[in-house]
Amino acid sequence: MANDPIHQFVIEDIFTLGTFGGDGHADTGITIAFTNSALFMVLTSGLIIGYLLLSTSGRSIVPSRWQALSEMMYEFVANMVRGSAGTEGMKFFPFVFSLFMFILVANMFGMFPYFFTVTSHIIVTFALAMLVMTVVVVYGFVRNGPKFLKLFVPSGVPGYVLPIVVPIEIVSFLSRPISLSVRLFANMLAGHITLKVFTGFIVTLSSLGALGILGSVLPLIMGVAITVLELLVSALQAYVFAVLTSMYLNDAIHPSH
Amino acid sequence: MARIIVAQAEGEQPVELESVGGDHSLPEDAVLHEEIHAYGDEHHTSVFPPFDASTFPSQLLWLAITFGLLYIVMQRVALPRIGSILEERRDRIDGDIAEAERLQQKTDAAIESYETALAEARKNAHGIAEETRGKIRAELDGKRKAVEEDLGRKVADAEGRIAQSKAAALEHVDEIAADIAQTVVAQLAGTVTAKDARDAVAKVGKE
Repeated sequence: MANDPIHQFVIEDIFTLGTFGGDGHADTGITIAFTNSALFMVLTSGLIIGYLLLSTSGRSIVPSRWQALSEMMYEFVANMVRGSAGTEGMKFFPFVFSLFMFILVANMFGMFPYFFTVTSHIIVTFALAMLVMTVVVVYGFVRNGPKFLKLFVPSGVPGYVLPIVVPIEIVSFLSRPISLSVRLFANMLAGHITLKVFTGFIVTLSSLGALGILGSVLPLIMGVAITVLELLVSALQAYVFAVLTSMYLNDAIHPSH
Repeated sequence: MARIIVAQAEGEQPVELESVGGDHSLPEDAVLHEEIHAYGDEHHTSVFPPFDASTFPSQLLWLAITFGLLYIVMQRVALPRIGSILEERRDRIDGDIAEAERLQQKTDAAIESYETALAEARKNAHGIAEETRGKIRAELDGKRKAVEEDLGRKVADAEGRIAQSKAAALEHVDEIAADIAQTVVAQLAGTVTAKDARDAVAKVGKE
């Protein structure tokens, strides 16, 4: 049963809220349900909100350990945003902070056995990436007007190269939401499948008898190593997503690069 | 391998890694088979779960709700609170550093004024010593001079008196000699007048 590496990504309804549209038959229209994915989204947001609010409720000058962690997170993301997008980018600090924390905590939740990984679904990562790109494009045009299009015309490039460079810039800009979302999604998906496959080997080999149990030491070691790697990847991908968001926001603030 | 064939038949993405598991015994395959059927029996289609479009609306809805709530709470409450804590701490530290610097400057000023006072006192003490020494020397000189003058005067007086006495004595010598001569002559040769005696003495005195 537990030996199917895809099963962990299945979305199961916890309760259904109703079906909209469709012709009344099953599998038509849009069914809205509270799923295991939704549950972990709620847990993710709940944990972040609960932790940050509770740990800082003392507002102490000399922070407790709990408060120190909240402050560390704050300063870490604040420095990242300030470093990538400058002081003006700090108006997007709550946005980048929310993104970073949401992805980080969702990824970390995914590391618990039997927990659902919210970020292992392309629709979630793509929605977040599209949200980032929407913010970038809307803010870029609101702040700079048509000058935002300078983003596609690098300064200092001779005119005769522009017909080649501009399409490349446009394509690279359009591929940003895809690369941003697929990077996170694929890392989570592949990591969890690998982990599941290797741990599955332990069970499979162990069922083959004494020699198999001896042989299952190898996948066990791999499983431990991959778990460590996955923890690293979980944090790293959240960081990468947040850094890239900051850099894209920097493009919106300073379009001429 | 049977598993993959089944999976493909069900329209599921084949997962090659699974085949590494190798020779499943028949009962296991049966279980897997049932599992795959179980996916299909749910109202979701049995495609690879992350690409199952029927779950997208629910996921998007809940993502919007949870992420939106997270963003609002972060922006309105959590981040301003942490920011204010950090700012308060920075202000406190800056204030303390400024206070420490102020006290340091005060200490430096106190040390400087103390050293100035000390140098001045040293200079004054030197001056006072010089002055005192000069005064004492002048006083001693004055006293010595007075004493010397006094002594000089006394010596001069004494010398005057001695000269006077000497003169007086010398004056008396002639008379005494005349008397003695008169007496001597009178005893040797009879009476001699005082006038003769005096003339004789004067005659001897001239020789």
